[in-house]
Amino acid sequence: MKTCQLTVYRGPCAILSDLNIDIPQGKWTSIIGPNGAGKSSLLQAMAGLLKWDGSITIDKVHLSAFTPKDLAKKIAWLDQGSSNSEEFDDFFSVYDTVMLGRIPHQGWLHLPSDADHISVESALQQTDAWHLRHRPLQQLSGGERQRVLLARMLAVDSDILLMDEPLANLDPPHQSDFLKWQGDLLTQGKTLVTVLHEIHFALRADHLVMLSKGKLHFQGSNQDPRTHQALIELFDGRIRLEKLGDDWVALPK
Amino acid sequence: MQKNYFLGKLFALLILSAALVLMGTLLGSMGASWNLSETDQTVLFDIRLPRSLGAYLAGALLGLAGGIAQSLFRNPLADPYLLGSASGALLGVGGILCFAYLGNSWLEIIGLNGGAFLGALFGVMASLLLAGGYRSSLRLLLSGVVISVILGAANSLFTFIRPDLFQSIQSFMLGNTTLLNWPGVEIMAIALLICLLISVIISPVLDALSLGENTARTLGLPLDQLRLILIGILALATGCAVAQTGLVAFVGLAAPHLVRKFSGGRQRVQLLFSSLGGGILLLSSDLIARTLFAPIEIPVGVVTAVLGGLYLLILLRRTSLGVRS
Repeated sequence: MKTCQLTVYRGPCAILSDLNIDIPQGKWTSIIGPNGAGKSSLLQAMAGLLKWDGSITIDKVHLSAFTPKDLAKKIAWLDQGSSNSEEFDDFFSVYDTVMLGRIPHQGWLHLPSDADHISVESALQQTDAWHLRHRPLQQLSGGERQRVLLARMLAVDSDILLMDEPLANLDPPHQSDFLKWQGDLLTQGKTLVTVLHEIHFALRADHLVMLSKGKLHFQGSNQDPRTHQALIELFDGRIRLEKLGDDWVALPK
Repeated sequence: MQKNYFLGKLFALLILSAALVLMGTLLGSMGASWNLSETDQTVLFDIRLPRSLGAYLAGALLGLAGGIAQSLFRNPLADPYLLGSASGALLGVGGILCFAYLGNSWLEIIGLNGGAFLGALFGVMASLLLAGGYRSSLRLLLSGVVISVILGAANSLFTFIRPDLFQSIQSFMLGNTTLLNWPGVEIMAIALLICLLISVIISPVLDALSLGENTARTLGLPLDQLRLILIGILALATGCAVAQTGLVAFVGLAAPHLVRKFSGGRQRVQLLFSSLGGGILLLSSDLIARTLFAPIEIPVGVVTAVLGGLYLLILLRRTSLGVRS
């Protein structure tokens, strides 16, 4: 996936301008930046939710050349920590919620096939939410809910997964589960893009894209010292990076 | 396993509906009797049966409209009556009645049902526009009330212009099942069939909306078109019901809430059950209206307004709306 001279609009105003970003196929890319840098907007533009100028291409095919249904099969998008604040209470079950991820694969009557049931089950198993399947989504805790929403995204079975703060509300054991199945997805050849606030998780990604005030700050591989230098600059030198075992961690200065 | 439960529940609701229709047919202002003379038979088949079926169908249309409105706007207080679509429909009916004497041919073509449909569409659109969307329950509720008052005033203007129509417009405003006849039953049956069929087919979009609008879009659903279709169905169902029975308050609000726990969350089942529940509610209210002060009948709209108003109060307390909005 590539963007060229990308300008993203939210309403009438441009919030991201002139972005040339490479998202390597089959790798994990992490988008980081301070609050309000436009990380989520970039992700939404790539999911086709915001208006934009310039070009976004997947395997050299322009994004607008896809029909909505084909695009839905190609790209799955996870909304950022949608908190449970809706006053509309319904009893929609976890299983049915994850089944919604299969809509792009279903016909006009949206009747689930055996393949749909298999994929929903494996998605729920993967996020350790299978035991919740009969519960209404609205009654779950924040972390449980997040795992169900992750399962919903996995159920789409798309090549490209765009995740906006996928770790929100997850407890440490499920955070490490997340890292584990990120690895599994990469071996299946999926392309992962995450927006993360946790810098040490972002540094696990193969490729880092840094945004600042609606502009591209730097992009590069996670092992490159220049990437680390740029990362410290991105946060005004208010953080430092330390190597701990094989991993890099970011600490406040 | 779930399928069997569904069939069982559906069966129970259908049995209850059939029992109520039977009761409505047999129960008269003279009490029930089994020995039928010729005139009694005429009363039974030409007055009571269409009235019972009609009340049931009107309730079912309103229940469906309420179910669609609540799920579409993700708003527990959305209801054809509160959204202003019912008063819009009433204005449509009033307008058609008022100007029918002009003998304008296109007014005749539109007819009462068409006028009610257009009015309902106008009412709901106006409320949405005034509320600036459907996100806030309180704003939607208030603008629905404002629209209802304004449209109600316009309706009063019609009765002012045409005092001879006062009685018939008044009976529409109160909600009335006494004028139901076979043609009206046929129209409502056809409308209910169409509305149910379309909404059951496109109901997965309502499920998907539970994930938020953006996520629903990334699933490749043509959200804007489907939303328009659903608003159209909402207006058609409301319009048809109002054109036959007038303003019947709160059936559309209460029915979806009463069946929600029962239906297990999927919109396909939820909408179907809301519709059956609406029919059961209105027909039971009609039975109450007929028997409470027998042999004097009170308009069914009065009964539903009292019962439904109480229910709305309980609902308001439970959802702690004032805090959230």
